[in-house]
Amino acid sequence: MQMNIITVTDLVRRFGDLTAVDGVSFQVKEGEIFGFLGPNGAGKTTTINMLCTILRPTDGHATVGGHDVVRSPMSVRRNIGIIFQDPSLDDKLTARENLDFHARIYGVPSSERAGRIQDVLEMVELDGRMNDLVRVFSGGMKRRLEIARGLIHHPRVLFLDEPTLGLDPQTRRHIWEYLLDLRKEKGVTLFLTTHYMEEAENCDRIAIIDNGKIIAVDTPVGLKDGVGGDVITLHSENSEELAAQINSRYEVEATATNGSVSFSTEDGEEFIPRLFRDLSTEIGSVNLRRPTLEDVFVQMTGRAIREEEADNTDRMRQHARAWRSRR
Amino acid sequence: MQELKDQELNDKMMEAVIRTAVGAHTIWKRELIRFWRDRSRAIGAFVQPTLYLFVLGTGLGAFFRSGGAEGDYIQFIFAGVIAMSLLFTSIFSAVSIVWDREFGFLKEVLVAPIPRASIAIGKAFGGATVATLQGTLILIYAPFVGISLNIITVPAIILVMFIISFAITSLGVVVAARMRSLEGFQVIMNFIVMPLFFLSGALFPISNLPPWLSGLVRLDPLTYGVDALRNLTGGVSGALAPVYPIWLDVGAVTLFGAMMITSAVWLFNRQE
Ligand SMILES: Nc1ncnc2c1ncn2[C@@H]1O[C@H](COP(=O)(O)OP(=O)(O)OP(=O)(O)O)[C@@H](O)[C@H]1O
Ligand SMILES: [Mg+2]
Repeated sequence: MQMNIITVTDLVRRFGDLTAVDGVSFQVKEGEIFGFLGPNGAGKTTTINMLCTILRPTDGHATVGGHDVVRSPMSVRRNIGIIFQDPSLDDKLTARENLDFHARIYGVPSSERAGRIQDVLEMVELDGRMNDLVRVFSGGMKRRLEIARGLIHHPRVLFLDEPTLGLDPQTRRHIWEYLLDLRKEKGVTLFLTTHYMEEAENCDRIAIIDNGKIIAVDTPVGLKDGVGGDVITLHSENSEELAAQINSRYEVEATATNGSVSFSTEDGEEFIPRLFRDLSTEIGSVNLRRPTLEDVFVQMTGRAIREEEADNTDRMRQHARAWRSRR
Repeated sequence: MQELKDQELNDKMMEAVIRTAVGAHTIWKRELIRFWRDRSRAIGAFVQPTLYLFVLGTGLGAFFRSGGAEGDYIQFIFAGVIAMSLLFTSIFSAVSIVWDREFGFLKEVLVAPIPRASIAIGKAFGGATVATLQGTLILIYAPFVGISLNIITVPAIILVMFIISFAITSLGVVVAARMRSLEGFQVIMNFIVMPLFFLSGALFPISNLPPWLSGLVRLDPLTYGVDALRNLTGGVSGALAPVYPIWLDVGAVTLFGAMMITSAVWLFNRQE
C-alpha cells in the first residue's frame, strides 16, 4: 500500500465574500500523477497556493509529505518544487544564474550545485543555453527552465500550475515526456492543474473542480465510464427544442450548448436510426464517439469547459506581451 | 529533559540564523549581478551628481564668493552630491522589490525554505553595496574640486557611505514591502526622496535657518549623513563647516538604520 503524500481535509479559502475554495478534501499517493481539472476561476491556483504555504487556509487542514502546511511551512517547503502559473524567472539573469540562485536558497550544498544545475538543464535540453540571458528565451524555453529549477533541490512533490498553458502542441508533448520520465526514474509525485483535456488524460487520477468544489475524483477511465456508453452530438438550428424533445421521449439527459445537443446512451449505433425515425425537428449533422473528459465535465456541470479556453489563451498572450513590453 | 529541550531550541535558532544568512547572501549576490549587468544605468546615474557638482557648485560658488562667504561652495557641496548619489541609488534598489513582485520573481523567493527576514536583510545589504560603489565613483572628482583625501579618510568615507546607504535602503524596503504597484513609485519620489534630499543640507548650510526649517532639517536622517561626510571631506570652514561632531552624525544614522531594518524585517515576517 502506497503512502498518502498529500492529504487535504475540508480546505476552505475565502477572499472577502468570495469563497474561492469551498471545503475540498482529497488524498494523493506517493509517486502518483494527480490532476486538477476545472475552468477558469475554479479555485485550482488557490488550492495549490495553500498547499505550497504561500496562502493561509481560512479553514480545514492539509499536509504535504507528512508536514502540516500551517504549522510547519518550512518543512513543507523543503519537500516541494513549484512551477507557478505565471512566469517567475529573473530574465536579467542567465539560465545558470537563475538555477544557482534557487539551489542556494534551497540549501543545496556548494559541492553539488554545479553538477545538479548541469543535470536538470540536460534533462530539459537547455544545457547549451546555460549562459544566455533568460530574456532571450522563448516562452517554451522559459517554461522548461522553470521545470528544471523546480527539480534542483530534489523535491518529493512537484506542483505544476498549468504547466503548458499557451505553448504549442509540440512543446506541450515534449514537456510531458520529461514529466513522465521524471516520475518513472525518480518517483516524484506530480500535482498539476490544467484545463486541457488531453493533458488530464496523462494523469493517474483526476479531480474535477468547479466553483471551489470537487465534483468527482477518479481515474480518467473511471470518469469516462461514469458517463455511460457513447456520446451522441447533434447539430441543429433549434437545439433547445430538440433537447426538450429528446428528453421527453427517451431515458437520456440531453443538454443544449450553442447550436448542438449532446447526450450519452448505450448502443449509440442503434440509437441513431431510431432517433431519426421518431423526430421531426431538422438535424444538420450527427456525431457518435466514445466519451471524453470534456463530456464528463459537461455532464456533471451542464457547462462546457472549453467555452472559456479560447479566452484564456488570449489572456495569456496578452499577459506575456504586457510582460515583455514593460521591461 | 529541560536541558534537552533547550538544546533543541538552540539548534533550531542556529538553523534559522544560518538559513537567514544564506538567503540574505544569495539575494545580495543577485543584486550585485544585476548591477554589474546594468552598467549603463550606473553611468547614467553618474550624470546628475556631476552636473550638480560642477555646474551648480561653480555657479553658486561664484555668487557666494561675491557675497563674501568664507571657504568654497564647491567643496561644501561635494559631500551633498555624494549623499544625493547614495540616496537615489539606495531607493532605486529597494523599490526593485516592487518590480520583483510585479514580474513574479518575488514568489520564487517567498516560497523558498528561508525566513522572510532574509529578503529584507539581503536587499538592504545589496542596495547598500551598490550605492556605496556608486558613491565611491564620485570620489574620483575630489582632486578636481580641491578636496584632499588620504589613506585614512578614504576608507572612513566608504564606511560612512555604507552606513548611510544601508539606512536609506532599509527605509526603501519598508515602503516597498507594502507597495503593490509601480505607480506608487512616483509618489514615493515626491513624498519621501525629494524632502529627504532638500532638507538634508546637501545644497545649503543649515546653521542660521529660520526655526521652522531648522526643525525639519534636524528631523531628516540624511542631514546627519551629509554632515558626517562633510566632516570627512573637509576643506570648508566658517558658515560652511559641518555642524555636529562626527560621532553624533554616525550615531544618528546608525540608529535610524537599525530602526528601519528592524521594521523591514518585521514587515516581511508578518506578510502572508
Ligand atoms: N488574492 C485574491 N484576492 C481576491 N480574489 C482572489 C484572489 N486570488 C484568487 N481570487 C479569486 O478566487 C477564485 C479562484 O481563483 P483561482 O486563481 O484559484 O482560479 P483557477 O482555478 O486557478 O483559475 P485559472 O484557470 O484562471 O487559473 C477566482 O474567482 C479569483 O478571482
Ligand atoms: Mg490558476
